[in-house]
Amino acid sequence: MLKIEELHASIDNKEILRGVNLDLKAGEVHAIMGPNGSGKSTLASVLIGREGYEISGSATYEGQDLLALSPEERAAAGVFLAFQHPVEIPGVGNMYFMRTALNSLRRQRGEEELDAVDFLTLAQERMKLVEMDQTFMSRAVNEGFSGGEKKRNEILQMAILEPKLAILDETDSGLDIDALRVVANGVNALRSEGRTMLVITHHQRLLDYIVPDFVHVMAAGQIVRSGDKDLAHELEANGYEGLTPRSAKVGATV
Amino acid sequence: MSELQRERNGRDLGWLAEARLNALEWVGTNGFPSRKDEDWKYTALDGILAIPFEAAVPGPGPRVTAELINKAAVDLGGPRLVFVNGHFAAEFSRISTLPPGVVVTTLAAVLAASPDQLKPFLGHTPGEHHAFAAFNDVFAEDGAYIHLTNDTIVDEPIQLVFFSDTEGVPLLISPRSVIIADSGSRATIVETYAGIDNDVYCTNVVTEVVLAENAQIDHYAVQNEPITAFHLALLDIRQARASRFASRSVMLGSSVARHEVRVLLEGVEAVVSLDGIYLPQGEQVHDNTIFVDHVATNCTSHQLYKGVLDDRGHGIFNGQIMVRHGADGTDANQKNKNLLLSDRAQVDTRPRLEIYTDEVKCTHGAAVGQIHDEALLYLRTRGIPLEEARGLLVYAFVQEMVDRIELEPLRAWLAARVSARFGSGSRRAQL
Repeated sequence: MLKIEELHASIDNKEILRGVNLDLKAGEVHAIMGPNGSGKSTLASVLIGREGYEISGSATYEGQDLLALSPEERAAAGVFLAFQHPVEIPGVGNMYFMRTALNSLRRQRGEEELDAVDFLTLAQERMKLVEMDQTFMSRAVNEGFSGGEKKRNEILQMAILEPKLAILDETDSGLDIDALRVVANGVNALRSEGRTMLVITHHQRLLDYIVPDFVHVMAAGQIVRSGDKDLAHELEANGYEGLTPRSAKVGATV
Repeated sequence: MSELQRERNGRDLGWLAEARLNALEWVGTNGFPSRKDEDWKYTALDGILAIPFEAAVPGPGPRVTAELINKAAVDLGGPRLVFVNGHFAAEFSRISTLPPGVVVTTLAAVLAASPDQLKPFLGHTPGEHHAFAAFNDVFAEDGAYIHLTNDTIVDEPIQLVFFSDTEGVPLLISPRSVIIADSGSRATIVETYAGIDNDVYCTNVVTEVVLAENAQIDHYAVQNEPITAFHLALLDIRQARASRFASRSVMLGSSVARHEVRVLLEGVEAVVSLDGIYLPQGEQVHDNTIFVDHVATNCTSHQLYKGVLDDRGHGIFNGQIMVRHGADGTDANQKNKNLLLSDRAQVDTRPRLEIYTDEVKCTHGAAVGQIHDEALLYLRTRGIPLEEARGLLVYAFVQEMVDRIELEPLRAWLAARVSARFGSGSRRAQL
């Protein structure tokens, strides 16, 4: 579904990604772990098309050059990011925003748009997945939401937009254990054969709830180790010490 | 006017001719304002002063039709006075059933029948504010005259449409409206200014509103003149005890437009609320100048003005709150927010407070921002295309102002205008 090869990304002449290689197949859940500053969030940003990066290498998504697409085209192709820090948008109602988003996707795909009533039916059903009530929908997008509410709102969008590739950036950060459980349950309910997930996290804790098929360790802008879910436990026990990139020279500048 | 002057030497011309002459002399002595004047610092008047305007005369314009008028000013269903080039046009107007106790007529009719009624308005010290107000004193012949007697309540909005049709001749159009709300009366008044594309003219309008005790007026000013026109408006308000006045200004059109509001809070516990949106684009200049004068105790004033500035558009917010000695218990606030959509757009914002007493609660603030990149990215990652996402964010910024319009047809009209201007994403939220 997504094949990343020798992906490099720099911002302000500082190289953050230094040759990332990943191969994600349909239905798989991959976790990327790594210390702060290792480039995990940059990888997510590059994949959804945030501007400002100098990029080389490739990311091929379902046979097309993902990096050549605008953010909205990537969304229409089925790529979704649950943001680490979802932005507040005063003045735009949450319900209206999600319906506009879904209908934009449907329009770009040549599908019929949903009217307000059909959308409400869909939204109410999906809200149950993340235990949200309708009061969230009448508020402005993320405005005044607690940390946990913002993350639930991200997963709700994922449930409504039904992406093929979902990237979850530090979805566990700032969540207490109850909120983490709710968010993880929502994510697990959305796991399916056709949906690939890339779960970015600093902590092994999240992976107790969202159990990945593969775990990758990122350090200094590269994937330095890959394994199955046990790798996460190993990291929990031993920390990130001793995990170095392929090139010592690269590691030394970090 | 030279004829007037000659006659003046011989005999008494009556208060009106005296007042007009005094106003003209005031302009002769003081001249037009320039950028050296504090209140005109940001607005270039060269464009207006370079054109040899001629005073408009009564009579229908050659091209004006009911259809054009209805397109320019959404019909609110109630009484509707239409003025063409500043003069009453009965053929386009409608005075539907009004409750007893309210007079809705024209200034020209009152001037003809009982001119002395207008002495407190047209007869006041001319040029007290500036040359354009004085020019209105000189030339004003028609406009609306509305008198609500004690406890009269008019539910339907009273609509005043000032439509211009000046093909080929640059006209100076000088409407003067007088609104008198006696004790306990209540009404909504909507002024709309529009014309025909490419016409060059100058609307120089003065509207005076006097509110007695407990009177309540909701007022709207919609300026949608063609971008070749100039528009200078003075809205002058006097409020007695516990009266309430609200005015919402919408600035869309004109090359250079100035909407000046002056409020005198002379009765205790009076409340005034002034809102405005201005959306200059191209090379348009939209100037909001506000002066709220707290003289009596325990009065409240609110101001919220929002601008969206595109292309080389220029917005001005020049708002002053004066709290006089002894105006204890004043509660005044003033807020101006601007969204710049282009690097070449410009805004001058100058919220000012002058306080000469201690027991007051006053706040003011101004902000100038741009479209939030992170919000734009967020919307795009959800599949909303760039232009639509921008439109959505612009609309989110002005929605609060649109929502404050209580007249549904006018609110829908403005929402559609704003949507059309800022792209398809700015559709009004349905849920």
